[in-house]
Amino acid sequence: MRHLQKTTKSNFITYGIVILTAVIIQILSSAGAVSSLIGGLLVPLCAYMILAISLNLVVGILGDLSLGHAGFMCVGAFASAFFSKMTAGTMPDGLRFFFALLIGAAAAGLFGILIGIPVLRLRGDYLAIVTLAFGEIIKNVINVFFIGRDSSGLHFSMKDSVALNLDSTGEVIVNGPQGINGTPKDSTFLIGMFLLLIALIIILNLINSRAGRAIMSIRDDRIAAESIGINITKFKLMAFSISAALAGVAGVLYAHNLSSLVASPKSFGYNMSIMILVFVVLGGIGNIRGSLIAAFILTLLPEMLRGLSNYRMLIYAIVLILMMIFNWSKGGGRLKEMVAERLRGLRKPRTKEVK
Amino acid sequence: MSFLSYLINGVSLGSVYAIIALGYTMVYGIAKMLNFAHGDIIMVGGYAAFLAMVNAGLSPLIGVLVSIVVCTLLGVVIERIAYKPLRMAPPLAVLITAIGVSYFLQNLALLLFGADTKTFKSVISFKGISLAGGALQISGVTIVTIAACIVIVVGLSLFINKTRAGQAMLAVSEDRGAAQLMGINVNKTIALTFAIGSALAAIAGVLLCSAYPSLNPYTGAMPGIKAFVAAVFGGIGSVPGAMVGGILLGIIEILAKAYISSQLADAIVFAMLIIILLVKPTGIFGKKIQEKV
Repeated sequence: MRHLQKTTKSNFITYGIVILTAVIIQILSSAGAVSSLIGGLLVPLCAYMILAISLNLVVGILGDLSLGHAGFMCVGAFASAFFSKMTAGTMPDGLRFFFALLIGAAAAGLFGILIGIPVLRLRGDYLAIVTLAFGEIIKNVINVFFIGRDSSGLHFSMKDSVALNLDSTGEVIVNGPQGINGTPKDSTFLIGMFLLLIALIIILNLINSRAGRAIMSIRDDRIAAESIGINITKFKLMAFSISAALAGVAGVLYAHNLSSLVASPKSFGYNMSIMILVFVVLGGIGNIRGSLIAAFILTLLPEMLRGLSNYRMLIYAIVLILMMIFNWSKGGGRLKEMVAERLRGLRKPRTKEVK
Repeated sequence: MSFLSYLINGVSLGSVYAIIALGYTMVYGIAKMLNFAHGDIIMVGGYAAFLAMVNAGLSPLIGVLVSIVVCTLLGVVIERIAYKPLRMAPPLAVLITAIGVSYFLQNLALLLFGADTKTFKSVISFKGISLAGGALQISGVTIVTIAACIVIVVGLSLFINKTRAGQAMLAVSEDRGAAQLMGINVNKTIALTFAIGSALAAIAGVLLCSAYPSLNPYTGAMPGIKAFVAAVFGGIGSVPGAMVGGILLGIIEILAKAYISSQLADAIVFAMLIIILLVKPTGIFGKKIQEKV
């Protein structure tokens, strides 16, 4: 390992943590040591971790605040659930889920590009509010869609399920505000962890590539980056659409774990986007491994401490505010230095090996 | 006649948006930050008036005053605790803090008052008028809301242009550093802006709950975001812009609800925002800002 670069080593440590976690939890759950409550959280946990690292790509690496991440997840979830319902029984489960993943990622990625082209011209606050607006539009539009299938093909409506005019063999697939019912349960914890690993490999390799450095240079100084010939639009769009596609994958995972998929404000609204943002902020903006750990702890902790769950959202809010004040204010800066000084004092001075 | 009554309802809803948008636009112009929590201050204002009127049995007028006082204090306290330490921080940090404050207020209200929707008692006892032999009904709330909006916009314009404190606000919004060199107390000016903006949010909250009498911890979130759309529409930082933007947005929303689809009305309002930002990002009355390197 000595010849590996520092970043490569750090990336392998991250992959190792993920694999180790997957193995430990799998052993625990096959030994029956995982309660059914936590067991039910494992697939959403994978989805949240994928969402957290993909949002970190936009917030931490690209440096733009997106508040519509749940919208991309929603697109991936509904596109893939629709596909799975349509093709149920026509192909083996594994193959169908593989295609569902591809379709979810492609649909969300496509939306990422479509939304990114206009939105990424904006900056800062405007960009945040427009991504929020897009997230809400996606959710609202899905809620008025009715799609049914019968012997004569597909029927669409934006009014209600009666307006679909289905014959006796008909089946409503997307039922407006009631969403999609009976999606096959293809998601498992191991598949989730595997997808997380792939998402990590994509993101970490992107960050350490030429494109990744271009993206970070845009974050650090847009004008300087532009003046040395970096194509701002291209790289911004690249980061944004990759992030959206990964959020779509998380959506596929999430959708195939539920028997009924509804575009409710709770699962795909603004609150969901904020929750993912909390993971990113608490784990450290731009720190991919941090996002993973924060998502892991913040998802499992409130379930383990039942008394805490009522106050969970309140604590999230306080965490957001305190983290920002601690990181950016003058007093917070001093406090940080003091803590760092203490920690340095505790640690033994490192001795350098000289060859 | 139905079109006319939709139009009047639109102007009324738009007046509420305009009052909220004034708070947004002032804070944005002076503190250069998007105060995400502004919408939730509306909700706090609604609850304050509700508790004063229903639980304490005070008269509606006192209820409104209580609501204004509570929100003004809340606005100043939020600014002091959460935003002031971040004066020099990058915009992303300030924005995340503001989202945190918004989330905090919503969830605190959820814990204190519960998730159930409370039925708000209108503060306006004025009956309203009917025109054209009863074909066109205009409710008291509608008239009071529109009148309040006009009074506030005129009053605020006079305040900003004619008083020393208002001039100080203009100076800070123009160039914070230069204003400080001219002896203006920037921190005080920003605190004053938050106080005025929050007081306006309280008034908007009471009017909104009187017109649409349901109050829950998320009441303020949507109108808050829509008022931001209105502020952007009119040109952020501009007082007349906020009013025009708010009223136009209210009309668009009500007409979309009536003629297109009530479920898609929100989506249409947000689509408006996106179109405006793409076509004319500085809004109707906005100034073009040159970027300096």
